[in-house]
Amino acid sequence: MPDTDTLPDFNRKKPFNPRRFATRVAVYSILIVVGLFTIMPLAVILLNSLRFNADILRESFIGWPTRITLENWDVAWSSACINASCTGVKPYFIASMLMVVPATLISTAIGLVNGFALTKWKMPFASVVFVAITIGVFLPPQVVLLPWAIALSWLGLSKSLAGLALVHIIQGTCFTTLFCRNYLVNLPDDLIKAARIDGAGFFRTFWKIVVPLSPPIIIVTIIWQFTFIWNEFLFAVTFSSSDFRPITAALMSLNADDTGVSEYGFGSAAVLIAAIPPLLIYFFGGRYFVRGLTQGAVK
Amino acid sequence: MQSVAQMPEFRTRSVSRAARMAQLVPTLVLLPTLITTGIYIFVFVCWNIYLSLSSSTLLPVYDFAGFDAYTRLWRNPRWTTGVNNLAIFGALYIALSLLVGVVLAVLMDQRIKGENFLRSIFLYPIAISFVVTGTTWQWILNPSTGLEKFFHDLGWTSFEFSLITSRETALYAVVIAAVWHASGFVMVMVLAALRGVDHDVVKAGRIDGAGMFKIYRRIILPSIWPVIISVLIILLQFAIKTFDLVLALTHGGPGISTTFPAIFVYDRLFAAGELAQGAAAAVWLLIGLTVVLLPVIALGWVLRKQRNGGGHA
Repeated sequence: MPDTDTLPDFNRKKPFNPRRFATRVAVYSILIVVGLFTIMPLAVILLNSLRFNADILRESFIGWPTRITLENWDVAWSSACINASCTGVKPYFIASMLMVVPATLISTAIGLVNGFALTKWKMPFASVVFVAITIGVFLPPQVVLLPWAIALSWLGLSKSLAGLALVHIIQGTCFTTLFCRNYLVNLPDDLIKAARIDGAGFFRTFWKIVVPLSPPIIIVTIIWQFTFIWNEFLFAVTFSSSDFRPITAALMSLNADDTGVSEYGFGSAAVLIAAIPPLLIYFFGGRYFVRGLTQGAVK
Repeated sequence: MQSVAQMPEFRTRSVSRAARMAQLVPTLVLLPTLITTGIYIFVFVCWNIYLSLSSSTLLPVYDFAGFDAYTRLWRNPRWTTGVNNLAIFGALYIALSLLVGVVLAVLMDQRIKGENFLRSIFLYPIAISFVVTGTTWQWILNPSTGLEKFFHDLGWTSFEFSLITSRETALYAVVIAAVWHASGFVMVMVLAALRGVDHDVVKAGRIDGAGMFKIYRRIILPSIWPVIISVLIILLQFAIKTFDLVLALTHGGPGISTTFPAIFVYDRLFAAGELAQGAAAAVWLLIGLTVVLLPVIALGWVLRKQRNGGGHA
């Protein structure tokens, strides 16, 4: 970034160059067109959530609202029928929150402690753990789906909030450990050594030295875990029932339910409600979101 | 790292009883993860393999039926169609996402005004779930509600855009939605790599009279290969796990024209009551992922080593 400021501005110093100008126009045009294409689906459902269903059906799914209503949001939140129970998406949204928040925080905390143990203490089996968690990150979930289902029923946790949270914590710990490890490995060893010479033990060093230096990775990990678990569908649909159903699974039922008249108005609102938590995180934590992307994959 | 090397006497001297006790703590901290991950990876995968060799149908049965489930699998058109679809989809999805992502990144690298704003727009789809992506694109691609009707209403009545309703083309609807979801991610990764390219080399190329196109093709793009490899690994994973996007977008239809291996696994396990066959299909997914990932990972490793070696010369 600072490079752009210090480098001379070619645009201003050089005389008008028609070829260069044409290139600039082409670059901006392509970016704007692709940008519009990218934003279009979100814009369309946002507008539809504010339109009357009758208008959507008469005019088109893609269109500007001629009249505006907030009723869709109300219906989608509290009275739309999903799987023959007319509660709106509210209970599913709450169920998702109650499952995702603990799963995110617990897996992040474990990941951070693990990362510290792996990088700053000479562990006899550190490389074994490293290989195991890497495999854990890459393993396709389908291959453990059936064993998970059987194991959860043995534990008395089948199709429950606790069961799904447990799956995400155990699976997510691989990801968070890898993430935190890659960050903490760059932390100067001298700090840890100094604390150890002062007689600080593992947990004291962790609290006094590692945690205060780790907010960036903690935020990145929380953002990624929350987004991933919130958006996850396969485990969510497998390990849920009418008593406990996360919002992605409920949304799929709503989507598959389209017998009879299609309710695009509140359908759009419901889709947006499901997308809002990760989108909020994305727009407010965008910097960390991008950092997580570029750091996590480019080790 | 250096400080450890400089003061080795510290480590040898400190192996007292107390130090050994202190060393026990991190081991105990890691132990639960090692156990759960060990169970999750090793025990669960073996368990799944065992069930795939059993005669389980509705309920798990722990016997040995050989490779019966595997042979029946490849005679099932749902599975073979799914594998076929995955091959076509995977190739198009990865190629197009990479193409769009790299082109966008190069364009974004041209001292663009409003770069952060544009990046936010290009990247937001990755924050949205496949269920939401699929549902929204289903509405947009559906000819009776979406784009086709939109253009008809505008007066362009000959406009036809009904990919999603035809058996032959529905798969391309999945590709569109998936590329929409992933391109921004590729762009951000590649852009970050472009920013890391050595400026002196680029400047030298410019002084030598190389044009922008040549600089990208000869200097910049070859030096960001490691990132392309990382992106490729992530996209390959996304492709093989393709499940919720298709369910929300086409429900695997029309007919079974857009079914996928991951859908087949779920269907066998939890709808059709064919546990052994579902488990066998899952084993194939694991084999498939390993077979495509290992060469890519190896290639990335070789390239990285080559680049690091070249840096010193």
